[in-house]
Amino acid sequence: MSTGHLAPAHAHAAPGGFIRKYIFSLDHKVIGIQYYFLALAAVFTGMFLSLLMRIHMVWPEAVLPIFGTIKPEQYLSLMTMHGTIMVFFVLTTAPQSGFGNYFLPIQIGAPDMAFPTLNMLSFWTTFVSFVVMLAAFFVPGGAPLSGWTSYPTLSALPQAGPGQGLGMDLWVISIAIFCGASLMGALNFITTTLDLRAKGMTLMRMPLTCWAWFITAILGLLAFGVLLAAGILLLMDRNMGTSFFVPGGLIVSGIPIKHNGGSPLLWQHLFWFFGHPEVYIAILPGMGVASQLLSTFSRKPIFGYKAMVYAMLSIGLFGFMVWGHHMFMSGMSPYSAFAFSVLTMAIGVPSAIKTFNWLGTLWKGKIRFQTPMLFAIGFVSLFVSGGLSGPFLAQPSIDIPLHDTYFVVAHFHLIMGVAAIFGIFAGTYYWFPKMFGRMMSEGLGKLHFFLTFIGAYAIFMPMHYLGMAGNPRRYSQFTELKYLAPLLPVHKFITYAAIITISAQLIFVFNLFWSMAKGKKAGQNPWESTTLEWITATPPPHDNFGGVTPVVNHGPYEYSVPGASTDFIMQTDPVQAPTH
Amino acid sequence: MGVALLLVIWLITFVSSYFFVAHKWWPTAVSASAPYIDHQISITFICMGVVFLLAQLGLGLFVWQYRDRGQKVQYSHGNVKMEMLWTTLTAILFIGLNLVGSPIWAAERFHLPPASQSLQLEVTGMQFAWYFRYPGPDNKFGHVDALQSDASAGGEAALGLDTTDPAAKDDIVTGTLYLPVNRDVDVTLRSQDVIHSFFVPAFRFKQDAVPGLMIHMHFRPEQVGDYEIACAELCGLGHYKMHGMVKVVSAEDFDKWMAQREAEKQ
Repeated sequence: MSTGHLAPAHAHAAPGGFIRKYIFSLDHKVIGIQYYFLALAAVFTGMFLSLLMRIHMVWPEAVLPIFGTIKPEQYLSLMTMHGTIMVFFVLTTAPQSGFGNYFLPIQIGAPDMAFPTLNMLSFWTTFVSFVVMLAAFFVPGGAPLSGWTSYPTLSALPQAGPGQGLGMDLWVISIAIFCGASLMGALNFITTTLDLRAKGMTLMRMPLTCWAWFITAILGLLAFGVLLAAGILLLMDRNMGTSFFVPGGLIVSGIPIKHNGGSPLLWQHLFWFFGHPEVYIAILPGMGVASQLLSTFSRKPIFGYKAMVYAMLSIGLFGFMVWGHHMFMSGMSPYSAFAFSVLTMAIGVPSAIKTFNWLGTLWKGKIRFQTPMLFAIGFVSLFVSGGLSGPFLAQPSIDIPLHDTYFVVAHFHLIMGVAAIFGIFAGTYYWFPKMFGRMMSEGLGKLHFFLTFIGAYAIFMPMHYLGMAGNPRRYSQFTELKYLAPLLPVHKFITYAAIITISAQLIFVFNLFWSMAKGKKAGQNPWESTTLEWITATPPPHDNFGGVTPVVNHGPYEYSVPGASTDFIMQTDPVQAPTH
Repeated sequence: MGVALLLVIWLITFVSSYFFVAHKWWPTAVSASAPYIDHQISITFICMGVVFLLAQLGLGLFVWQYRDRGQKVQYSHGNVKMEMLWTTLTAILFIGLNLVGSPIWAAERFHLPPASQSLQLEVTGMQFAWYFRYPGPDNKFGHVDALQSDASAGGEAALGLDTTDPAAKDDIVTGTLYLPVNRDVDVTLRSQDVIHSFFVPAFRFKQDAVPGLMIHMHFRPEQVGDYEIACAELCGLGHYKMHGMVKVVSAEDFDKWMAQREAEKQ
């Protein structure tokens, strides 16, 4: 299905002025960079909030500059905003909207996204959403405290706590706007992938990054609509007197609540119908990047390309059938736990296939240890560690003691937090030369890798032990329950590890900005990769290929082909040796 | 670089595994279902632990062994037989674990002993306290109306117990949970404001208390002693201090305590 003939219809002239070129740009590359920097601002905000949380947990009396002493309700606001900012504005934004925007069109040989104006609109909508979210900090009552999951009735009733007034309204509005932006983005990604592939770029010749972005976009299209609906219902419950999520006969802070007939579980079903696919929205692009890099830097074709594609497709499909595993303790019918549990265990199978295939790719390869590869290897290690706690939580009987403890915190931070962030780092070190025309410092990159890799394990591995000991999550203090007292040294260790690991991220920021100005000039294909972004100039011209329409002759990972003159065959190279 | 990666990955793997097994993290298990849950956790730990060790040690080994030394790469696009093998093995492992654990879940939820044999108990969560209600000699809970409740008065007033209801006359409401050892407890969980979660780590018991729902569960404490209750679902600014105590006592002591409460009430 090569539809290169569509391309001219979408080609547009390079813009003139500064504003059209860098602010309201229609160029997918500029929009990708805009998304990336939005996510960068968000990740540092989110990380800073987590630092304050960790300090408050172990030194509650500490007087911090500007903030003073953190109160328990402020701790919950920090936690809510940390989770929300990280999940939506970092893990959904950077790997998909950032790298996807920049590299999906180039990797499939298209001059731009299918709908450039929609693309610009979706970025600026996301930006507005982020501003509205941050505004929640500065309104009376402060930011909401009901967590990124915002379970009603806590989230539906302004009386339920400080931050549950205007702050909570802003939170819901921000999320609703974000849903709109993500739907626009998803439509654009899907259309682009289906319609704008270059001649010869069959679906089964797409790099696995493109498959990941494509499947993620489908998940986004199906999931964000549901969250949008849930958000609107919650907003109506809060402001228009409806009762979708609030039952009758409640009394909160001594005030009788005038609602009747709603169900708090309805929100949980809607939220997790979005929320579980969201986990895969965060991690699939990381899987794509890891696959691309492991193959490239092992100088070996990816092990089981088709299996990798089918594994991602089945993860996407199963991802919509397992939301109930977040709700084993919620009071939903205990019979449904059997179905959700079996399906959840089943989703472990394609995840395991991917891990085996990554190891199979390294097997008998010739590994080059440049920084992007280190982060890809780190991704595999973290994915394994975070993934293997899944089969504990997927079993309802084991979930009884572990649900809502630090074991869960450890699980999702390793797999959708740190592993996904490693995917982003890997992508940054790998694509930075193409995006900015210069190389990042290898020395600083390696230092950054080792500190972050060891630091991430030091922070999150001990959280499993806390969870096994029954330490509930979302506690601002561990002083009230006697059985938590002996665990305080573990919490202190985690806080120290967090301070060091977060500080180490300054190395990355320095490397990023210093290399933009002073880095070694990058050639067209510094990693000797095979995909289409490496056949064009660095950085790519406005129409990506300088007026040439690429024709694809090979699969994406043809490394070390016997009989070939180099150890890599570009996807556009003429046929010289039998490949896939 | 290959050897540095090997060392770091292996070191992380060994240190993490050591702390999983070297220290007893779990609170002592004192309920009827707790040993089964712990057993299922142990089986899962062994299975996942083996996979964890093999995958991480393999990853470390491969990156070191296949570092670029100018060797020849084996050009291969994969191996369908191997794919089938590990897909089947993982499916058997994961689904098998799941099936083995299912009866434990079923036992706590579907096989309720007859109401006449078990102690009837109602647990109510509110920001930020737990209240426990026993039906008294008539074994029937009286009517409560949260809208009539007065949290500051505590006790039965906090639940809004309707004192005009005959069934309510002998209801006992307490802030500390007393339970007789070795007797099934048929618990009904409710909340009158936001979602809470009744969590007794030593019982391996946890269940959300949801506004608008009456959730039935059962458990049986099997060891005399004091055990802490926590709230496991975020319920507001006092979530971390919403705790309580369950005192498991002998059957005689429990009857004595209950008789005293009834006497006080008359």
